[in-house]
Amino acid sequence: MVATALAEAVMHPAAGAALDIEQVSHAFDIDGTELPVLSDVSISVEPGEFVALLGPSGCGKSTLLRLVAGLDKPKAGRLREDEARIRNPHPSRVVVFQDPTLFPWRSVWDNVALGLEAQGILKSQRHRVDAALDLVGLSSFRNAYPHQLSGGMAQRVALARALVNDPKILILDEPLGKLDSLTRITMQAELVSLWQRKGFTTLLVTHDAEEALVLANRVIVFSERPARVKADIRVDRPYPRHRGDPYLADLRRQILGLLGLDATW
Amino acid sequence: MSTYSLSDGLASGAPRSSRAPLLATWIRDSGAGVLASIAWIAFGLSCLWWADVGDWSRTHSLGIAAFVIAAIALFGTVGADYLGAAGQALHKRAPWLVALGAFLTVWEVATAKFAWLPLPFFPPPQAIIDVYTDDLPKLLDSVFASIKLQLGGYLIGVAIGFLTGVSIGWSRAVGYWVHPVLRFIGPLPATAWLPIAFFTFPSSWSASTFLIALATGFPVTVLTWSGVASVSNAYYDVARTLGAKPSFLVLKVAIPAALPHVFVGLFMGLGSSFAVLVVAEMIGVKAGLGWYLQWAQGWAAYANMYAALIVMSLLCSGAITLLFSIRDRLLVWQKGTVKW
Repeated sequence: MVATALAEAVMHPAAGAALDIEQVSHAFDIDGTELPVLSDVSISVEPGEFVALLGPSGCGKSTLLRLVAGLDKPKAGRLREDEARIRNPHPSRVVVFQDPTLFPWRSVWDNVALGLEAQGILKSQRHRVDAALDLVGLSSFRNAYPHQLSGGMAQRVALARALVNDPKILILDEPLGKLDSLTRITMQAELVSLWQRKGFTTLLVTHDAEEALVLANRVIVFSERPARVKADIRVDRPYPRHRGDPYLADLRRQILGLLGLDATW
Repeated sequence: MSTYSLSDGLASGAPRSSRAPLLATWIRDSGAGVLASIAWIAFGLSCLWWADVGDWSRTHSLGIAAFVIAAIALFGTVGADYLGAAGQALHKRAPWLVALGAFLTVWEVATAKFAWLPLPFFPPPQAIIDVYTDDLPKLLDSVFASIKLQLGGYLIGVAIGFLTGVSIGWSRAVGYWVHPVLRFIGPLPATAWLPIAFFTFPSSWSASTFLIALATGFPVTVLTWSGVASVSNAYYDVARTLGAKPSFLVLKVAIPAALPHVFVGLFMGLGSSFAVLVVAEMIGVKAGLGWYLQWAQGWAAYANMYAALIVMSLLCSGAITLLFSIRDRLLVWQKGTVKW
């Protein structure tokens, strides 16, 4: 027990940050009427955890991610990264969106270099861009433009663009949602191995219970809008996980039940 | 190995095409070139065969030049295989050479030889050649004056228009003040300012520069603005989470994303500034091609007017071509995403 814990600590020195979401509520103003999207959400994430946020479509999961990223400010409550209040975006918390949103006027290499360039450290850190492209296996496409890439490749570039910043928290907003099922399974495996190697804290929004269970340590199930935490489920299974694992199948049944889909099971 | 059948088929396809009737291949490969040669021989003959109805000094030289071009077309076509790229280029342009030779023949016969078109108003080709050789210094001076005026005004207009457009697109406060002014003044044709400009500005040169800049600035401003305003928020979100500061968002996100729109504005600005340039030169400035046109009209020197018009259209289309090639270089990333 101690030996494995020690080995893990050596393998990835605590690269992840702790994340505290404390009684956060948020609402949108739509034509003067206030539409509540998050209601009193509290989640505490340990450094290096892989947390999946699961909930019905449009329940406010993505809004929560935007708050964690610092792109928006909550109407009430507090968010903290390693005890420091989250007020603005910071490269230690990088988002991978559902669309790769690569900049079409930049080559693959320049897209990946974006973060370092924005922080003004690209000149001395060019090797990090090469390393990030290596990591996602796209070194030979460094000079390609985004329109020349397939959907899966574009999403890999987006992942490299996030990872090049060595984020402490990686925020994934349904990044695999638009990929075909084969690419999706491959990229799920890649995500897990990246996370295991780098040790960053990961927050994944998904609407796919199976994806959540294959990837995450912890699955948090949200209610309909305004989103509240409905269940917080620990997934104690070693990686790599198998889709057919009866334990996961059982959890999946539970989760779908929580989402109001028991009739199909 | 069935995978190799494709290249096998290609290899056996080559001799098959050479078995086509020899005459048909020859006409396809060389027909246009030979026709071009004939058309230019016809032009040369039309110059030399009949006597001119007027007094032009270069009829003979023009005829000889036409024969030289005919010879080049003929040898270029026959020897296309040995000329490489030049032969290819000639082959590609041969149909145009035919049309040009035919047009010049008709023009020559209709003006210099039989005067079917009334004479002082429709000068023959050799009269225009006369202008290019005899009046060259004055014509060149005019060309340089026009380029100088146009370039100065255009660059000022582009710089101001671009900066204004980015500011309106980026800042709500700037938009609040500039937008109504733009709406009020922008649609006014720049030439409407002419009378005022010429007595408020210290020199006609500065007045024309102002007008050209105005004509350029409006479309550049509006299109830069709409370009910046239409940049997707997702790009800004991505850049912000990666640690981008506002200056980075403007310079590295908003402007490159807006650039395709900006170029549309640059093209429109170029077009409308040409119009202003010519009018300004005709009315106020005592130099340039517009002034040359006006001057030639005063002397009823119609050949000079045609000569100046030809130069002017070469300059304008040259400027547009230059702008296109700059765009192709800067927006190479667009090549796969939109149809050019």
